[in-house]
Amino acid sequence: MDIKDLIIDDRERGVFRVHRSSMTSDDLFQRERELIFSRCWIYLGHESEVENPGDYRRRTVAGRPLFFARGRDGQVRVFLNSCPHRGALICRRDAGNTEVLQCFYHAWSFNTNGELIGVPDQEAYGPNFDRDELGLKQPPRVESYRGFYFVNFNPYAEDLVTYLAGAREYLDLIMDQSEEGMRMVAGSNKYTMKANWKLLVENSLDGYHLVPTHQTYLDYISGLGSDDSGQTAASRIVGKARALGNGHCVIESPVRNGRPIAHWHPLFGEEAREPIAQVRQRLVDKYGEERTFRMADTSRNLIIYPNLVINDIMAITVRYFEPLAPDNMEVTAWHLVPREESESMLATRLDSFLTFLGPGGFATPDDVEALESCQIGFRATETEWSDISRGMLRPAKSTDELQMRGFWRQWHANMQGHSHTNVQDAPVEEAEAALALADD
Amino acid sequence: MTTTNQPTLREQVEDFLFREAALLDDWRLDDWVDLFTEDARYIVPTTDLPEGDPKRDLVFIDDDITRLRARAVRLNSRHAHREYPWSRTRRFISNVRVTETDNGELAVNSNVLVYRFRAGEGAPYVGSIEYILRRDGDDLKIAYRRAVLDLEALSWHGAVSIIF
Repeated sequence: MDIKDLIIDDRERGVFRVHRSSMTSDDLFQRERELIFSRCWIYLGHESEVENPGDYRRRTVAGRPLFFARGRDGQVRVFLNSCPHRGALICRRDAGNTEVLQCFYHAWSFNTNGELIGVPDQEAYGPNFDRDELGLKQPPRVESYRGFYFVNFNPYAEDLVTYLAGAREYLDLIMDQSEEGMRMVAGSNKYTMKANWKLLVENSLDGYHLVPTHQTYLDYISGLGSDDSGQTAASRIVGKARALGNGHCVIESPVRNGRPIAHWHPLFGEEAREPIAQVRQRLVDKYGEERTFRMADTSRNLIIYPNLVINDIMAITVRYFEPLAPDNMEVTAWHLVPREESESMLATRLDSFLTFLGPGGFATPDDVEALESCQIGFRATETEWSDISRGMLRPAKSTDELQMRGFWRQWHANMQGHSHTNVQDAPVEEAEAALALADD
Repeated sequence: MTTTNQPTLREQVEDFLFREAALLDDWRLDDWVDLFTEDARYIVPTTDLPEGDPKRDLVFIDDDITRLRARAVRLNSRHAHREYPWSRTRRFISNVRVTETDNGELAVNSNVLVYRFRAGEGAPYVGSIEYILRRDGDDLKIAYRRAVLDLEALSWHGAVSIIF
C-alpha cells in the first residue's frame, strides 16, 4: 500500500480513517525509526534526575543506548552509551554517581564530561594517538526546555523551542505551578505493552474512553464522596481538544476530582484544605485569576510528538514510550512534583497519583488490556481501517478525536518524508479555537 | 512428649500464608480482605526502587483498608478489564522466616512465586513479601503486607493486575 493512502482525511464528509497496517507492518516500523525517531526531538529525561555533579542515568531513546550525566562543571551532557574503542556499554547501571566511567572490556576511562582520561598501555598506539578524538560521542543535538531534555539525531533539525510550537505554552502552564521548580520523585513505572506505540498516543489523549473503560475508577472516586457527585460521570467529562502544531496535541478539561495544585477534593482530607487554598492564593497573586483558573481548575493531557505524554491531572505524570516492534513497546512513567511542597502535601499528591495512574492503579491496567486487545484485533486484517472521525464536523471537545487526528496528520507527513516545517503549512482543524471551557 | 502435636510458630504462620494464597488463587477476594486489620497497609514498590517509601517515592500500590476493599470490589466486577475474565494463578510460598517482635506482633518474610495465565500467555511474578501479622484470638491478621517484585520491569504482564 502506498504511504499516502494510509490515511483518509475527508474534511467535507467528516471522515478520518487510518489504515491498520500502520500499526502492524515491519516496513513501516523501520520507516518510523528513520523518518520520525531519527529526525524529531525525542524526550530523554528531566534535569532533576541528575541533581548533583557526577549523577548519571542511562536510558534507551529512539533505539539507542544513551546515558546522561551532570559533569563536575554542573553541565548536563548526553552520551551514546558505547565505547569509542570497540563498542561495549560504558554505563552499566541504571543510575548512580561517579567521577570516572571505566569501560570494563579494555579499561578505557572517561570523566563525566565524556573526555577520555585513561587508556591502558597507550604507547602501543603510537605518537599520533589523540585522546580528544576518542571521547564519548554525543547525539548530534541536545536541547532542553524548562528542565526537559530532548535529543535529536538529525544535525539539521530546527531548534527545540520552535519544534515545540504550541506545546511550549502548555509546558509553561505545568512548570509554572511550582514556585521553586519541579522535580521527578524517585521510582518509576516501567511496563511493557504488546501493542503499537501509536495506540498509546491515542489512548493518552482519549477523553471518549474514560467512562466506558474506567468505570471502576469512577465508581471508586464517587464512592469516596466527591464534590460533584450530583452530576453523572458523562456530564462531567467535557472540555476542549487542540492541535498545537508539529503533531503536538492536548485535551483540556474542567477538573473532575481535585488537583494538588490547587483544587481541593474530599479525597485529600480536611487537613489539606488550607494548604491548597494557600497555594491557590499564591498563584492568583503571581499569575492572576484567569491563568490560575487554567492551572488549578482544568486538567490537561498533552502529547509532545511523537512519544512523550505529560498528563497534568490528579497528579502530573511524564510518560515516555519506546517502540520495540510494531506490536510491542516499553513504557516508563515518572511523577513530577513541585520542589517546595511539604511532606504532607507530597504524600497527598503521591496518593492521588496512585488512585488512577500506574500499572497498579485503578485505571492503567485497563488501558493495557484495551491496547493489547486492539493489537490482537488488527490480526483480522479484513477490517482494514480504524475510524478517528469523532467531532470532525463540530468544535471539538475533549471527548472527540481532533487531537488524535493532529497526531496522525503529522505522522503521515513525516512518513512521506516531509519535515515539520512543511506540515505547519498544512490545514489544521481550527474549529476549537472559539470554544471556551465555560461553554461546555 | 506433650509438644509433638503442637505446631511451631513458623508452621502456624505458614498455615496462615497458605490459606491466604489459596484465597487469592480461588479469587475469594472478599474473604482475603477480611484477613486484614482496619489499620492495615498493602504496598508494592516499583521495580526500580524496591526500598521505595510511599510517603516520599513513587510506588505501584499503597492501599489502606478503604482502597484495599475498593480494589477487591473492582476485581470482583466485570469492569477490571485486565482481569475479566479472571486470569488463572498459582502461588508458591516458601522460605518463610518469622520473628516475634517486642510488642507481640510477628514479622514475617516469605519468598513468593505467582504464575499467571491468561489470553494464551503465562508468566511469573517473582519476589518476596514482608508481613506484620497481629494475633487475633487463635488466628492472625495482616497489619502490613509489602510485596517486593524481583522483576526488573513489568515486561511480561504489563501491570500488577492481580494481587501480588
